[in-house]
Amino acid sequence: MTDIALNPAAPASARPARRDIGLKRRYAAERRFKLYGITAIAIGLFFLVALMYSVFSNGYTAFWQTEVNLAINLDPKIIDPDNKRATDPNVLLTANYPILARNALAEKLGVPTTNKPAMRELGKLFSEGVRGQLRELVVANPSLIGTTQSVWVLTGADIDSAFKGQIDLTVDQTRRKVSDQQVEWMNKLKGEGAMSQRFNTGLFTYGASSRPETSGLGVALIGSLYMMLIVLCLSLPIGVAASIYLEEYAKKSRLTDIIEVNINNLAAVPSIVFGLLGLAVFINFFHMPRSASLVGGMVLTLMTLPTIIIATRAALRAVPPSIRAAALGVGASKTQMVFHHVLPLAAPGILTGTIIGLAHALGETAPLLLIGMVAFVANAPVTPLDPSTALPVQIYMWANEAERAFVERTSGAIIVLLIFLAVMNITAIILRRRFERRW
Amino acid sequence: MNLMTERNLEKAVNDKMSAQGNAIKMQGKDVTVHYGDKQALFGVSLDVPEKMVTALIGPSGCGKSTFLRSLNRMNDTIEGCKVGGLLTLDDEDIYNPKIDVVELRARVGMVFQKPNPFPKSIFENVAYGPRIHGLAKNRQQLDEIVEKSLRRASLFEEVKDRLHEAGTGLSGGQQQRLCIARAIAVSPEVILMDEPCSALDPIATAKVEELIDELRENYTIVIVTHSMQQAARVSQRTAMFHLGNLVEVGDTEMMFTSPTEKRTQDYITGRFG
Repeated sequence: MTDIALNPAAPASARPARRDIGLKRRYAAERRFKLYGITAIAIGLFFLVALMYSVFSNGYTAFWQTEVNLAINLDPKIIDPDNKRATDPNVLLTANYPILARNALAEKLGVPTTNKPAMRELGKLFSEGVRGQLRELVVANPSLIGTTQSVWVLTGADIDSAFKGQIDLTVDQTRRKVSDQQVEWMNKLKGEGAMSQRFNTGLFTYGASSRPETSGLGVALIGSLYMMLIVLCLSLPIGVAASIYLEEYAKKSRLTDIIEVNINNLAAVPSIVFGLLGLAVFINFFHMPRSASLVGGMVLTLMTLPTIIIATRAALRAVPPSIRAAALGVGASKTQMVFHHVLPLAAPGILTGTIIGLAHALGETAPLLLIGMVAFVANAPVTPLDPSTALPVQIYMWANEAERAFVERTSGAIIVLLIFLAVMNITAIILRRRFERRW
Repeated sequence: MNLMTERNLEKAVNDKMSAQGNAIKMQGKDVTVHYGDKQALFGVSLDVPEKMVTALIGPSGCGKSTFLRSLNRMNDTIEGCKVGGLLTLDDEDIYNPKIDVVELRARVGMVFQKPNPFPKSIFENVAYGPRIHGLAKNRQQLDEIVEKSLRRASLFEEVKDRLHEAGTGLSGGQQQRLCIARAIAVSPEVILMDEPCSALDPIATAKVEELIDELRENYTIVIVTHSMQQAARVSQRTAMFHLGNLVEVGDTEMMFTSPTEKRTQDYITGRFG
């Protein structure tokens, strides 16, 4: 042996013959398996990229909205023709504000107000939402009446789509929603810098509306926030208490086995069934209000509980028995052992499970449809008892609309939802990384 | 090797003197233990004398750890475990329903096979027991208890500058001495050790053994060990278990020189086990 080692030039015949131990076959199998893995990941990535591309390319424009700058003369003769505003507060609320905007626009474009057909065309340039906008302005500060204010006014949804280049302007004007005249005005205003795209804050503040340009996620965001808080406040304590009892205190018996199986079953129950349960129990039996985020939150709690219980039990089980033995060995009671040692060590796992459960609940739609959260809610809910919608339900409702501007908003809302989900999942990962202990 | 046994013998002879006069701290009479349907101990009767080291030896699965764990009712945590017979601490039945298991474990501490410090600071590891039992009235007293316990476990000098660093960052031997300090901190009367050196290297083992020898002055110690040499080095009494039965018990010196049972002799000389 030493001879061979010392003399590498020894003839091959002198060395012992090499056995065939199937190395080639083994390496081939390994390469094949790696290839399968890479293919699987590539397919997954492809669909992820395709999804992201379609959502973002459709949706990013929703975050900008075309607005037109008008110098509006808040003419008292139009707002308050009978000069009764000092005695009757309704005057300011019911005044014909759109006329003011139309007149201002006509003046800007040099269209005579007597030209009725042109004025009708012109009136479609800006959104009907201007009524609310100017009303708010005037009601908040009635001293503005009689002055001229420079105001950015939302354009109509079709003008917005045309401005963003989403409407094919080469087809004949009778077959599209924007007339040649309107396009001409639009280009003129654009050239003057009076019409441009501005960040769409309305997307986050407006509630439901039949006009795309004044519909937003405001109500849905508040509804989802309330529901998440309710889910967190209900399912975390209930879930953790149930898991600790089952894992640390309950003696193994037929009953705990049945409970265990059923918790796992509950996690697999289709979410729409939870919606029916919520409808039957919370609304029909307890007479809780329909469409309320309180009921939504409770239904989602039922749905999230099994997830949290399963995650918590896994986290508790992952705490090494030696730590429990150590605590009991110095004379800690069972409760002290659980709360001083086991629970703190399991906390990162519990939090991760909870956040993933919450993210799951945030994206849930079906049960909310059944308890009436699919509703036209224009005003922001103040308490969890007020009617509201939720982010995914809003997406569902907008997806049913045909207008181009709603398509864009649907994708925009999906982006908002995805961002929330990504933030929650990243938080879960960071928590796990930071607090994970090794022993 | 020869020198070592000789030294141990000498020590054992010296210890024998004290061994006879000591009162009985814990006692087992006809102790049986069942794990579900499986019986692990078949009527073991063993006395544990006060302020002495009693070693439990025997091949794996012979029930020595089971007996040790029934002395502070750690077996209670195992599902389906039933203990029969009589076990006493200071002539009091420790399986009496009136006995509080938390109090019992404060009186009968335990050190485990694998060092298992809490994933907290060294200070917190030792302070935990005194804190939950309310042994210190203020922070100063707690500091004193921690220092005293660490000193008794011959660890204080090594860790005094990093008391607030993680206990899990210590070496294996230091971790095991930290666990001993943690057990001492609640001032137990008996310390049970379940193969405390099996996860340690020879140098760390020597330190822990030295420590056990010192602790004998103040505590009653029961140690389970797989190492014949260790039993000979640290104990004054040795009990030999086999297949859930107590084969023989006696002074360590006698057990290692002239065992009456053939099984003991075979095991000690390495013929089985």
